[in-house]
Amino acid sequence: MRAGDLLVQSLVLFLAGVAAAIVVVIGVYLFLESAPLLTGTGMLDFFRDQRWYPLEGEFGMAAMLAGTLSVTALAMLLAAPVGIAAAVFIRYYAPPAVAIFYRRLLELLSGIPSVVFGFWGLVVLVPLIAKLEGPGASVLAGALVLGLMILPLVSLSTDSSLAQVPRNYWLAGTALGLGRWAIVRKVMIPAAAPGILAGMVLQTGRALGETMALLMVTGNVVQWPSSVFEPVRALTSNIALEMAYATGDHRTALFVSGLILLVMTAGMVALAALIQRRLRRYA
Amino acid sequence: MSSFTWKRVATTARWMGMVVTGSLILAGCGNNETTGKVTLSGSSTVAPLAQVIGQQYESENPGMEIDVQTGGSSRGISDATRGLVDIGMASRALTPEEQENLSPHTIAWDGIAPIVHRDNPVTELSDSQIRGIYTGEISNWSVLGGPDAEIVVVNKAEGRSTLKLFLHYFDLKNSEIAADVVIGDNQQGIKTVAGNPYAIGYVSIGTAEFEASEGAAIRLLPMGGVEASTASVSSGRFPLSRPLNLLVRPDLSQASQRFLDYARSAQVADLVKGQFFVPIDYSSAEH
Amino acid sequence: MLKAGIFSSDGLVSVVLWGAFALVTVVSLWMLGDILLLGLGHLSLDFVVAEPADAGRNGGIAPLIVSTLMVLAVCMAVVIPVGLATALAITEFLAPRSRWQAILLRSLDLLSAVPSIVFGLFGYAFFAIQLGLGFSILSGGLALACMALPLFVRITASSLAMVPHSYRQAADALAISRVSWCAHILLPQSNSGIAAATILSIGRSLAETAVLIFTAGYVMRMPDSIMDSGRTLAVHIYDLSMNVSGGDPAAGATALVLVVILIVLNLITRKVLPDRTF
Repeated sequence: MRAGDLLVQSLVLFLAGVAAAIVVVIGVYLFLESAPLLTGTGMLDFFRDQRWYPLEGEFGMAAMLAGTLSVTALAMLLAAPVGIAAAVFIRYYAPPAVAIFYRRLLELLSGIPSVVFGFWGLVVLVPLIAKLEGPGASVLAGALVLGLMILPLVSLSTDSSLAQVPRNYWLAGTALGLGRWAIVRKVMIPAAAPGILAGMVLQTGRALGETMALLMVTGNVVQWPSSVFEPVRALTSNIALEMAYATGDHRTALFVSGLILLVMTAGMVALAALIQRRLRRYA
Repeated sequence: MSSFTWKRVATTARWMGMVVTGSLILAGCGNNETTGKVTLSGSSTVAPLAQVIGQQYESENPGMEIDVQTGGSSRGISDATRGLVDIGMASRALTPEEQENLSPHTIAWDGIAPIVHRDNPVTELSDSQIRGIYTGEISNWSVLGGPDAEIVVVNKAEGRSTLKLFLHYFDLKNSEIAADVVIGDNQQGIKTVAGNPYAIGYVSIGTAEFEASEGAAIRLLPMGGVEASTASVSSGRFPLSRPLNLLVRPDLSQASQRFLDYARSAQVADLVKGQFFVPIDYSSAEH
Repeated sequence: MLKAGIFSSDGLVSVVLWGAFALVTVVSLWMLGDILLLGLGHLSLDFVVAEPADAGRNGGIAPLIVSTLMVLAVCMAVVIPVGLATALAITEFLAPRSRWQAILLRSLDLLSAVPSIVFGLFGYAFFAIQLGLGFSILSGGLALACMALPLFVRITASSLAMVPHSYRQAADALAISRVSWCAHILLPQSNSGIAAATILSIGRSLAETAVLIFTAGYVMRMPDSIMDSGRTLAVHIYDLSMNVSGGDPAAGATALVLVVILIVLNLITRKVLPDRTF
């Protein structure tokens, strides 16, 4: 191999190594910063303690975890059916012009920054919800805004999963005399199911990590929500609110919550990959 | 077919290198006395005042840059102690432990008072009523002579001195407060209350008066029977007043010292009053 | 046999799907319309070129546009070389399905999963404090680069992989060196893919807020260098809507500017690389 080749190859591999190392550095850094509070009993306390009053030394994250999970779950509950329906609609039911319009709209939505969603939520949704009940800034506001954010992504990923199902399947369905919906429901969706499911899992991961929109519309009160109209604080929002001034144990606790978030979202990515691999029955 | 050549890569790299180097050189340029940068962070009450003082200072001293960031008094103390910024801003007095690392210099006086929406008919609340609202015992405005609606309690996030002083005055712990919305900066609190006719919050008097003059739909309520205004803070009658401090480390730079002196000189009295704070006694301020 | 019943009726399903379409369209247009209404009145040529006044209520966003551009420049200055190298490594320099390639791919997947606030935490603790870069455009750009990298690599790598195998074989037959192959044939052939990757990464970075609040900071002044703190458009929207009473029209106008920029980028991508859904 020529010298020039060797040099370039080394450079390329070095830079690639740097890229691979970034996530490792982040993980290690988070781990090291969380280390002081990561003793065996310490870890359980984070989940057992109900109260987050860091300046009084109480670091119970359970309520904030509940906040994050409830908003995410509700958002997914709202976005998934509508998103999948949108993809099915675009693919099989919409006239070409409508399909193109719809797809463009979803692509546009998927690119809009989360602050803009949060801004709209703050200025329009929160007062609207306040008219119904409570302070307005609530689980519901968070779930609606988050749902609107992940809907286009669920939709686009479902669309691309459906696109990958071989055309023969559709033709086979028509050959058997099946109607449009029957083919979609019994053939296409099951065939694309691993991809659709994986897409949903991935978007759940993204929703878990969302910060700005939730910071703006959920009210940021640390409590277990007893209704969707109550305010909550997401784990992500908490880091955003308190990171700048936290010192000592408080700071360590924030890093622990960051680590928890990282593990959750990484878990979602791993789960999505697993689904793709294991449930894929068709080549 | 292809416009890719090594020559173009080299040219692009050279341009990028020049831009980056140029920026870094410019960055390194700010280290003598007449040009430089002073960074501040901390209390969201002090920040707007520091910002306007900074702007006036910049116009009188071209080449100087005053950077102001908010984040809360605790952040100001923490950043200044760690050397992340030159000067910290806090809207309270420092504890003895904090004074081991930083020395406070007061640049103005301010008070803390409750605010409600402008359209709320309630005009005065006693201390025990406010306490009741914040602990959740009183949950409807009708009990206080207002409309039949649930009170939306706005509390400050931890790390904010306004919270600390509020808790201290009412002898409460943060764990005893039943809040409906938690906010960070003062201005956020004002915006939240202005956006909800049934909300109540507590903020800096100066900030509230300033924002109200800009059209925010809020109204200050008196505390302990004393009207909440710059005048009553200035006369010393207002029960919950606090100093607005700039915090510096012992090893502060020349540029920071000069800005600090400027902020404590009579040249900024108008700016202080413009933000609805009470100016300090400039003749007795040490230089 | 397939069960008959209400859920197997194609007509009914069609109605439901049209209903879902209507719902999504209405809500989306409602949101976009609201932002348009809120912001349009405040928007003007002045807005784009003037400095902000009254904490952003009045005046314009010129320094913010400059800060945004500078942050993007720093970010892409890191992402493009590192990203290209990584993509090349994946397709050219690492044996396919080897352990190294798998490790690289997995770590990039993981990197793309990291929540943005964790990047903010890491960026603040590492770039701003540990490396001593403070609140600066440099800190922000570097943190943003970590976020944009996986996306850039993914699109570039798939672009590189699309170069016909026959080209590779021809190059081998002509005994062209690896470097020449990459420089003169592979990369130029994937030009449009790389361009699309760049534009999409820029689009993704423009939307980021949480990371930048804790690395690039909040300052509204026109930045002099990359060591200065600077506020980007997205951060400005956040500050105006959360903290500034009467800041909503300005926030709406900034949001409009941002959305328009993103639409333009989207259109350019479509021109450069048609038939791609990412």
